[in-house]
Amino acid sequence: MVTIAETVTTEVAKVVDEPWLLSHAWIIPALMALSFVLILFFGRRLPKRGAEIGIPAVVAAFVMSCVAVVQWVQHVDELVEGEGGGGEALRRLGRSFVAAGGEGAISIRPITDSFTWWSNGLVKFDIGIQIDGLAVMMLFVVTLISMLVHIYSTAYMEHDERYTHFYAALSLFTASMLVLVIADNSLMLLSGWELVGLCSFMLIGHWWEEKPNTNAALKAFLTTRTGDIGLLLGVIVTFFAAGRTFNIVEINEAALAGKGGHTVWLIGASLLLLGIIGKSGQFPLHTWLPDAMAGPTPVSALIHAATMVVAGVYLGARMYGVFWQGFSIADGGMNAMAIIGAITIIVGACLAFVQNDIKKVLAYSTISQLGYMVLGLGVGAWVGAIFHLFTHAFFKALLFLGAGSISHSGSHHSFDMRKDMGGLRKFMPITFVTFMIGSLALAGIAPLAGFWSKDEILATAGQSGFHFFQIVGIIGAVLTAAYMTRCVYLTFFGEYRGHGHPHESPKAITVPLIVLAVFSVLAGFANAAVLGIEKFVEYVEPRYAFPPVIIPEFETTLAAVSVMVVLASIGVASALWFRREELGPLRGLTERNALARAGYTFLVNKYYLDDLYTDGVVAGVKGPLARATYWFNQNVIDAVPNGLGRIVPMLGRSLYDHVDQGTVDAAYNGLAKETGQAGGLLRRLQSGQVQRYALLIVFAIAIFSIALMLAR
Amino acid sequence: MLLNQFLILAAILFGIGMYGVLVRRNGVLVLMSVELMLNAVNLNLIAFSARLQETSGQVFSLFVITIAAAEVGVGLAIILLLFRNFRSPDLDEVHQMKG
Repeated sequence: MVTIAETVTTEVAKVVDEPWLLSHAWIIPALMALSFVLILFFGRRLPKRGAEIGIPAVVAAFVMSCVAVVQWVQHVDELVEGEGGGGEALRRLGRSFVAAGGEGAISIRPITDSFTWWSNGLVKFDIGIQIDGLAVMMLFVVTLISMLVHIYSTAYMEHDERYTHFYAALSLFTASMLVLVIADNSLMLLSGWELVGLCSFMLIGHWWEEKPNTNAALKAFLTTRTGDIGLLLGVIVTFFAAGRTFNIVEINEAALAGKGGHTVWLIGASLLLLGIIGKSGQFPLHTWLPDAMAGPTPVSALIHAATMVVAGVYLGARMYGVFWQGFSIADGGMNAMAIIGAITIIVGACLAFVQNDIKKVLAYSTISQLGYMVLGLGVGAWVGAIFHLFTHAFFKALLFLGAGSISHSGSHHSFDMRKDMGGLRKFMPITFVTFMIGSLALAGIAPLAGFWSKDEILATAGQSGFHFFQIVGIIGAVLTAAYMTRCVYLTFFGEYRGHGHPHESPKAITVPLIVLAVFSVLAGFANAAVLGIEKFVEYVEPRYAFPPVIIPEFETTLAAVSVMVVLASIGVASALWFRREELGPLRGLTERNALARAGYTFLVNKYYLDDLYTDGVVAGVKGPLARATYWFNQNVIDAVPNGLGRIVPMLGRSLYDHVDQGTVDAAYNGLAKETGQAGGLLRRLQSGQVQRYALLIVFAIAIFSIALMLAR
Repeated sequence: MLLNQFLILAAILFGIGMYGVLVRRNGVLVLMSVELMLNAVNLNLIAFSARLQETSGQVFSLFVITIAAAEVGVGLAIILLLFRNFRSPDLDEVHQMKG
């Protein structure tokens, strides 16, 4: 290490040309914004009602994002190669140099382009872009998922009366999300953040004719707004703490240097964390996300699984210096961010057990997985968290689109797993296979995407001294596997319980599913440490104004343990659910049936033994042995899954009733009621008579004038 | 120079205007009272401008006159619409915006 450090003396000196598209990346969101305007004005008059503008625009945005990815990789390679002989080693070791406080580690600045919108005194308000590995990765994910959702919606939303508005809102959402991603200052990030919130509101309430949908939209909007108060204050605090700048790189630099003392950064980080809690569905503000499932399913896949809800995680990653300094992540031990993430993992996963609506299972699962990302950021697993964001986007979008495919073609527009699904694997083979891949990736089975990213978080947590959070993560993985088994079982196995005529979905729906399934299998190999591939470490992780996070070693034991417990969990859960299925509600008969079968076996044995009557030992042993085995089977082996099966839903139900509904929701309801009463008192003041208002104004001015004169 | 006289005159005009705005029921008269108040302010501006040998006061009063013209244009249009809808210029009848 030392020798390589010596070969590089200063910060990278070589100046390379900035790739054109990277310094003009604003074109990508601008394109989507243009698409929004065009659809809004001309969409209704076009033969395909707006889809023919939205889809080409998002495909072009996706192609440009791919080019941006390639250009960023080349840009990094070029800078690293420029360092002479040590280049290759530096590319791999660049970060550990920083970690070891190594001087002269390669520092790759993000590509920026900005102009001052207006300035007032010393304060500048900039509009600008900041492109680095993280931004490029997000561009790729957002445009890819958005493109697939656009295509999927042509079939899913086909007969919708507000089809054009749906496409307009999708375009606006994509544009806003891309603005959030490439923003170079916290104010612009905040604008993008609010715009995606607005689009989320519009799309959750897309079918506003039904009251629950508008309520869900309002709940989502107001709950995330609660968190946004924290975000806004956090932006203000970091602005002053960093010496009057909104620029994110400068804020990170100031935070890492500890400018102005630790306390101010602790306050800033806590306030920003509140924003993350609201947007990314963390406990205790997670309640909006399951309700948000009232929106159309493609929207749930795009906004409430893959992109908007990870905006909070993205904020955490983007302003990581603030969190690193504020929560003293380097010291190990407890911090608010990791604790919130850990609580969310367990709470979300337990709730997923008691839902009968397939989208709500997935929503609680999303909450739980977002908990992983926040926990990852809280324990210093920056790469793990972002990598999990990347893989989760694919398999969770896949699961949601799969659920949409089921409701579109299998269950007659219902999402109730108990009443309208079951046995769909025979009718919808493509949906079944892709959904299985998504579930296994989510559960974290070895070569699929979820395994690698979850393992990266858990390994980093362990190696940075956060053993408690590592254990929480493993428990979360066990629960995830169990509830996904239940979900898959209820949906695809057993007998069909619905009343429709299930069939496979059209190509516009299955092709996105297949594409996402391929990504769910392969995405994990982008950063498979054990195979020596660390693309996220090389290209995504910032090399400038970034704290010294560790690169975890791959731990075979940890990986083996996590896969084993997940497999065991799937085994136990499927044993439970497949048995339950056999006779469904006729539970008592299961016992009798099993007894009858045992008796039958017993009889056969007896007849068998009759021939060997003389062999008393065999006769003496076989009967009791069979009975003993049966007893062992019933009382010991089955007791575990049965007990687990009873306890976990009970736990989940009581959490749902007491914590989720009783405490968290009750607090919001109380707040709303108080506000309503206060409004009732104030409305008397609003008489509607202009002259009375004028009189009040005159009195107010008179009082202020007198006060001013007395104060002199 | 006479300053007090101007200020007293302006204060009286302003008071009359305010009385009109608060008490008169006819919308047109309320608008006229607003004009009275604005012109009282103009008088003050010009009086101080002359006293302090400073032209910005007169520039201000030109602005006020311009804006007052625009305000009357909009105000009269509103009153006209009110009259069409309520068949009376009485402002007390227009209390539909109460909470």
